[in-house]
Amino acid sequence: MSQSTHLTPEHEIFRASARKFLKTECLPFRDAWQDDGKMAREVWRKAGREGFLCAKVSPAYGGGGGDLLHCAILLEEQTKLGFPELTFYLHSDIIAPYIELYGDEDQRRRYLPGMCNGDIVAAIAMTEPGAGSDLQAITTRAVRDGDHYRLTGQKTFISNAQNADLIIVAAKTDAAQAAKGISLFLVETQSAGFKLGRNLNKIGCKAQDSSELFFDDVAVPAANLLGGIEGRGFYQLMQRLPEERLIMAISSIASMEAAVEDTIAYVRDRIVFGQRLIEFQNTRFKLAEAKTTAVMGRTFLDRCIDLFIENDFDAVDGAMVKWWATERAFQVIDECLQLHGGYGYMRDSTIARLYADSRLGRIAGGTSEIMRDIIGRSL
Amino acid sequence: MSGNAASWASPQRSTLPFSEEHEILRRTASRFFQDECVPHRQAWEDAGMAPRQIWRRAGELGLLCMSTPLEYGGGGGDILHSIAVMEEQVRAGVNAPMLSLHNDVVAPYISRYGSSAQKAHILPRMTKGEWIGAVAMTEPQSGSDLRGIRTTARPDGDTWLVNGRKTFISHGCTADLIVLAAKTAIDGANERISLFLVEASGLRGLHRGPPLDKLGQADADTAELAFEDMRLPASSLLGELGGGFRMLSDRLVEERLMTGVGAVATIETALAHTLAYVKQRQAFGQPILNFQNTRFTLAEAYTEAAVLRTFMERCVRAFLHNKLDAVEAAMLKDRATDLQCSIVDQCLQLHGGYGYILDFPIARLWCDSRIAKIYGGANEIMKEIIGRAL
Repeated sequence: MSQSTHLTPEHEIFRASARKFLKTECLPFRDAWQDDGKMAREVWRKAGREGFLCAKVSPAYGGGGGDLLHCAILLEEQTKLGFPELTFYLHSDIIAPYIELYGDEDQRRRYLPGMCNGDIVAAIAMTEPGAGSDLQAITTRAVRDGDHYRLTGQKTFISNAQNADLIIVAAKTDAAQAAKGISLFLVETQSAGFKLGRNLNKIGCKAQDSSELFFDDVAVPAANLLGGIEGRGFYQLMQRLPEERLIMAISSIASMEAAVEDTIAYVRDRIVFGQRLIEFQNTRFKLAEAKTTAVMGRTFLDRCIDLFIENDFDAVDGAMVKWWATERAFQVIDECLQLHGGYGYMRDSTIARLYADSRLGRIAGGTSEIMRDIIGRSL
Repeated sequence: MSGNAASWASPQRSTLPFSEEHEILRRTASRFFQDECVPHRQAWEDAGMAPRQIWRRAGELGLLCMSTPLEYGGGGGDILHSIAVMEEQVRAGVNAPMLSLHNDVVAPYISRYGSSAQKAHILPRMTKGEWIGAVAMTEPQSGSDLRGIRTTARPDGDTWLVNGRKTFISHGCTADLIVLAAKTAIDGANERISLFLVEASGLRGLHRGPPLDKLGQADADTAELAFEDMRLPASSLLGELGGGFRMLSDRLVEERLMTGVGAVATIETALAHTLAYVKQRQAFGQPILNFQNTRFTLAEAYTEAAVLRTFMERCVRAFLHNKLDAVEAAMLKDRATDLQCSIVDQCLQLHGGYGYILDFPIARLWCDSRIAKIYGGANEIMKEIIGRAL
């Protein structure tokens, strides 16, 4: 759990109510959602009505007026309950800020209140079959046609799309340009020509749907170009990355801590060769290393959260904390799974799910290779 | 603002409350190591030890016993003084004189557990550099398992008679004042460990071996000691009779913290040397920093260094508030020295053949680093301490 110096009693109240909400409204359905490959649409409205969506958005648009720590708390509590999927976080902390920060007043009024109360579920579509980390290579294009843009192209690995009412789509408004050719559009999923593809079958994060999207000459009103000016999309995306990556790290460290605690409990009970597993030196040494990594990761993460809140957190810091946390979390969780033996390989066990879920962190939000590239280029 | 991975080692990002006074000491230390030690490192390595005069000089400059109370001639400072001096020593790349051993390990035994008479007698001499300090715990048959030591001190009238052997004793050749751990057997009933303050110069029954031929840190002397009916006055007992184990254990937290501080400084120094090297070294027509492998290797190492420094600083801040526990100190010592060896090795690799030549600082850092995973309690002992607390 975070020990950021910026935590207040109000955050702790939020934590207690978040835990209650997750236990009553999410946990009983978690397994069904994971089997279904997506969350039920109703839970979004409940989350919105009870104040767990868009905690950071300004109260002027129906949000909670909170900060990064609200997001961290929700993720920590989700992770502790074995429900680490990033669905709420994508909606509340990735997508809503795009509209709040870069949208015009009309766009904010049209979409943010619905996102806050759960009437609107949002997704963001950047990745394409031929363009993942190298976003500048996207080929989805948006061509101006009177007071509309006509959108054509394909996206993949898009989370939340199965339930989405609104999707922020990155498209080229100028195919001749790389970064400067990219713009972001607010696309309503009711639009003619939009087709939701299949829900992809992932290794983990099962309750977080991920889909292919198809845009066949979709007419998007010009008023739905985010911020109203073409060619800003890449810079808008870049500006948000440090915070997005910090949140990925928050999730990873929470998973690492959950895995270590789960494994300590397991090795205390499990009997092998007539003694408790924790009595073997190898077990103690492996867990000593895992615990040290978790304690160090927590310390570094809390420092990064503090620097972020103090406005002293940059793109390289974001890459450093994301690379370290996602890589080390996966490594620690793998060691923890090993100590569970065969039980660790069963999807019913907490550790098996953490293992499969945490694999995504090293890829999503910019791969570990991109993180190392960003860090390396800063030197 | 795009940032720089190296900025985590900068004073701007530090969370340690260094004052102007600490910074003045840092500058003095830096000049001392660079001007008065670095030029002699090879000669000291050849001799296996540094000359006594260098201790007098360190004393004149105020680099000895900075945290010893003022009333005994010390500096009255805190651990941040020790950290400033250690960081500058590591940056300069010299092991001798081993100021941290003298200042942060030996002197606190006397200032914490010594009688007024012992403090008044010893600490001013250590502060001036007239006396060099050492601690003798390890024996040929007993390293990390301190309870297994065999050196004995038997009461004989008003005195103690000491017999036994010690090994791997830093400053073993040169020390004037040795904090000695021995079993005090009284009527065969009390097998517990006690500490003695041994004034070593000209002491009969004390035999010192030649400097041991080590893999690294050859400029600082390490030796075997043998005690043959070595007679110590009753007044040489430090603290409580039989209280040695507790005193040694209590002191290990700070020792391990300082080992962690040294490891972070070593890693940052190695990375600074390596970054400068890969920027100027050309291979296949371009600086080797341009190769993806070089950038990725350094990206990982700089990130590990940032995480480690953040944790180290948190441990230091906890220590300043008397809140650092043995488990966290063990975590820091274990992980910091492990990373020290692995990162220094990767840095050497990026130097290619030059990294294998002792003219290059990275080669010496590589040799000097290996011991850190062993001393102050081997890292396996650190994992035991952490593992038992789970």
